[in-house]
Order: sequence, then C-alpha cells, then structure tokens
Amino acid sequence: MAQAAKDAGAKIMFGYPITPSSEILETWAKFCLKDTSLSILQTEDEMAAGFGTIGACLAGMPAFTATAGPGNVLIQDAFSMAEALRIPTVAMIIQRGGMSTSTVIYSQEEVRLTCFGGNGEGFRIVYSTSGLQELYDYTRKAFKVAWQYRWPTFILADGYQGKMMGEVQTVDSKQQTVDSKPILKQGVNLRNCYNLEEEIGEIIVNYSDEYNRVRERIEEYDEYQINGAEIILLAHGIVAAACKIAIDKLRKNGWKVGLFRPITLRPFPTKAASKLLGQAKKIIVLESAIGQLAELFKNELYWINVPLMEINKPAVGFTPEEIYKQVCFFAKA
Amino acid sequence: MKQLPRFPKCYKIESKPHKFCPGCGHPIVLKMLGQVIDEMGIGQQVVFLVDIGCSLLAWDFYNLPTSQTHHGRTVPTAVGFKMADPGKIVIAYVGDGGAYAIGLQHTLTSCLRNDPITTIVVNNTLYAMTGGQSAPTTIDKQITTTTPGGKSEFTTLRGPELLKSIAKPQVYFESSRNKVLPKAGSYLARGSTNSPLVLKQYLKKALETQIKGNFSLVEAISACPVNWRTNAEQTIKRMIELEKIFKLGEL
Repeated sequence: MAQAAKDAGAKIMFGYPITPSSEILETWAKFCLKDTSLSILQTEDEMAAGFGTIGACLAGMPAFTATAGPGNVLIQDAFSMAEALRIPTVAMIIQRGGMSTSTVIYSQEEVRLTCFGGNGEGFRIVYSTSGLQELYDYTRKAFKVAWQYRWPTFILADGYQGKMMGEVQTVDSKQQTVDSKPILKQGVNLRNCYNLEEEIGEIIVNYSDEYNRVRERIEEYDEYQINGAEIILLAHGIVAAACKIAIDKLRKNGWKVGLFRPITLRPFPTKAASKLLGQAKKIIVLESAIGQLAELFKNELYWINVPLMEINKPAVGFTPEEIYKQVCFFAKA
Repeated sequence: MKQLPRFPKCYKIESKPHKFCPGCGHPIVLKMLGQVIDEMGIGQQVVFLVDIGCSLLAWDFYNLPTSQTHHGRTVPTAVGFKMADPGKIVIAYVGDGGAYAIGLQHTLTSCLRNDPITTIVVNNTLYAMTGGQSAPTTIDKQITTTTPGGKSEFTTLRGPELLKSIAKPQVYFESSRNKVLPKAGSYLARGSTNSPLVLKQYLKKALETQIKGNFSLVEAISACPVNWRTNAEQTIKRMIELEKIFKLGEL
C-alpha cells in the first residue's frame, strides 16, 4: 500500500502506529530514506495524523494516513473536517476487531464508521478491497479520485489483507495518477463554522446534490457467476474472495449461486445492484460484522422484493467450506 | 500616549468591523500581528490557521490564506502545511483551551520536535465562546460558569513555562571574530494586550524564529469582560492581577 501511494504520487504520510496498519508507516519511513522528495511524520496521536494530512492537502501536496480500530475512531475528528471543507485526504483503514480495543487481527466492523463516521452525512468515497493486487490498484486510484472529486477517500481493508504476503503487479511510478494543487492560497478564507442553520443547510444540500451527480462515475462493483443465479451472495472485502471459491464448488454441485460484491461501499453501487440483484430469488449477505453491509444495502435498495438472509460472524473470518455448507443449508430453507 | 497606526495593509477591509465583543483582547493581538506582517513584508508567505473558540472569528480577518480547523487541532494542521510547503510562514492562532486543554498534546509535541511554526495563544483564563467555563488557565478562586463557587483546585497552568523544559534551547556559540551570537533555538514569550507594543515585539521575534527554522509560541494575556462580568475599571484591575500571576516576558 505504501508502494501504491508512492506510485500514485503521494509525497507525505502522517501516522500513529496501530496494529495491523503499522507496516504502512514503517515501509513509508524506509522509502523516505531513499527518496528525499518524500516525507513522514509519526505523530503524537491519530488526531494529529488526520489534521497533519489535512494541512498538507491544504498546501496542495498529496498526503495520506493509515489507521485501524480505536485509531479510526479518533481520526474521524479530522475526516469530518475534510468532508466539510472538501479536503482530499486519503486514509488506509486496516480493520481490526471491534468494539473498543478488541483484537488486532481482523473484522469488517469498521464499515459504518468509515462510511459515516463524524457528525456529517457520509460524503466520502470508500473502496473495500479483496486481495493484494486490489490493495495496490485501489490505493493508487484513491489518490486520483480524491483530488478529482475532492471527497475524503478511504481504502478499507483488514488485518488479513494487511498481513498477507504475495506478488503484486506494480506500475511505473513515473505514470503518477494524482493531480493536486494548493487549496489554501491567496484570497482563500475557509471556515467550517456558521451562524445560521439555513447557511449550513444550503451548503449540505449542495454537497448532497453534487455527490449524487458524480456518484455513478465513482461506483464500482464486482460480480461472479451472477448470470442466471437464483441465490446471490452479497459480500465485500476478503469475505467476497472466499465466496468465489465456495461458488465454484456450489456451481459444480448444481446450485445456481452467484456473487455481488460492492467495491465502493460509499457511494454504494446502487444502480448495478438493483439491476443484478432484482432478478434473484434469494439474497444472502455474508459479513464479519453484524449487519453493517446489510444495512448499507437495505438503505439503498429497500424496495427490492427479494428475501434477504444474513450470515453474520462479527470479527471472525469465513472459509470457503463453511460458506458452502451455510449456503446449502439456507438454500434449502 | 503614542497614537497607533491605521489599519494594517493585510487586513481584509470587507470583514470590518470585526466580530469580536467590545472590550475583547483578540483584536489587539490581531492588530499587532497585522502590523508585524506588514512591517516584515511577509504578506505573501503567511498562512493563518485559526482554532475553534473565539479565535475562529478571525477566519476572514486578514487578506491572507486562512482556514478554521477543529478545536485543539490547529497546531497539527499547521505542522502538516509547513511540512508540505516549507516556504510558507504558518501561524496557528488558538485560545488557551485549544492550546493547553484539548490540544495540549499537540502543543507539547510540536514544541518538543521544534517544528518551524508559530503558535499564538490568546489567554483569557476561560472558555469564552461557549459561555465562560473553566479552563486550565483559570486562576485560583476565579468564578466561571463551571466553577460557580470559585476554582478550588489550585492548578493554574502556565503554558510557556511548561514548554520551557522541552523547548530547544537558545544555544550560543562563538563566531570566528569572537562575537557571541545567538544561534537558532525555539522562542517562548508571554505578552499582554495591556502592553500591545511589547507584545508586537514578541510576535515579530516569534515569526523571525520560524523563518530561522524553529518553533515559537507567544501567549497574550487578554481580557474577556463579557465572561468575566467586569466593567471597564474592573477589567483593567483584573488584567493587572493576571499579569502578576502569569509572568510577562521572554522565557
């Protein structure tokens, strides 16, 4: 992810160590030794990391941070400001177990926090990756998209992906993707504090209109064996990777099962989902949380008249074998 | 008494009259800062970041790139900006609550790292914007809206003194001609809005310190008659009292 940030054109990282995201900070520190155009600051806490990122973005430099779990809670202070002032921060969220400090390993329980954290409306872009190559590709993409649309952008992964080892196809770092320029320059006075309800109300409505106008260009999804599928699994991140393996086995045994996987959790790929999921006889949501993905889906597609089942395993991963067994069980139900 | 000059050039005239209450010390600090920016000719380099609290009212005070941040988070934002664009002169304008309570960890760490930014703390011994609650700087027996019986913890925080032990010392070295010259170190000072021209000198030195690549913090003792519930005479009396509790000068 650090390599991807570098290849995207990021120049500066602010971070506070927290497992399982610390390796990004450590790797970036090594990059800084070799490349003097890069810099790093290990801050006193996540709030300073978030606001340092904001400061650098205001100066026009592509900047990022990485955090997890309780750090993600603290850093929302900064992202709420990034949302309000349209500051293109990029953050890598490597989910660990919730609630509180919990485990340092894995969960999908930071979906709600990453999509809607802060006292705002969730004008954010959140990519949920499903493997090492995607971690690289979407991290690179995140910088471009953040500066293009000026919404705070997140790469949502988890401790499993964070600790995974493997080969990744990288691109030439000379083809940097991000196009950044100073935000806080002569003649610019920015505020995030207003006197009247109507003043801020109008700004939020305008933001909402703009978000809805561009969201279709940002929305991304992945599908697997979805044509003619009677049962469609809905999963994101690493769980979706396990679903694909399970689906191969299910298909072999005659079950018409497919997968719909939102890549952008914010904005949710509603248009594609309504088209592809509307034809199913049954939707099964699988996630390592209690209903956080299902909640996003239900919010966006409340009108879909398809029975919905949820398999929730908070903070625990899924193996393809158990997905196979569970889906067989639910398919008969 | 010497007449002070007219509006500094870096003022944003459209936003005047300013939004501060009558008797508030903020406009005095801002006026001194404006004069320093004019005199140093650095209007094109300064980036001004303001905290939440009464300092937020300065968001359009100057014709300078200015942004509000969140409560206590102005110092890390300033650090991030400075790292990204070291050619700029970055000022974090905060109150005593932002600098010494909710943002104390940032003030301490930034001073410890000797970040080349300037922090200006306007200390009126309470949270003014939210209605006069107790702050770390609230003095003993002071009545605030959250210490209606008078503050009794005897825990008045003195910011520059606290930072002194971790600030980069002003090292002196001998040049080739045996002249003793001050080498760059961080700069800490406390002025008062009762003595604006002395405060102005501190602000100037603080910005010069940043230009040399070091951390600087200037605290200004400032009046808040609205929340102190004081008339003009009582306000002046309170200021004199505060100047005894918070020792003025360079540290």
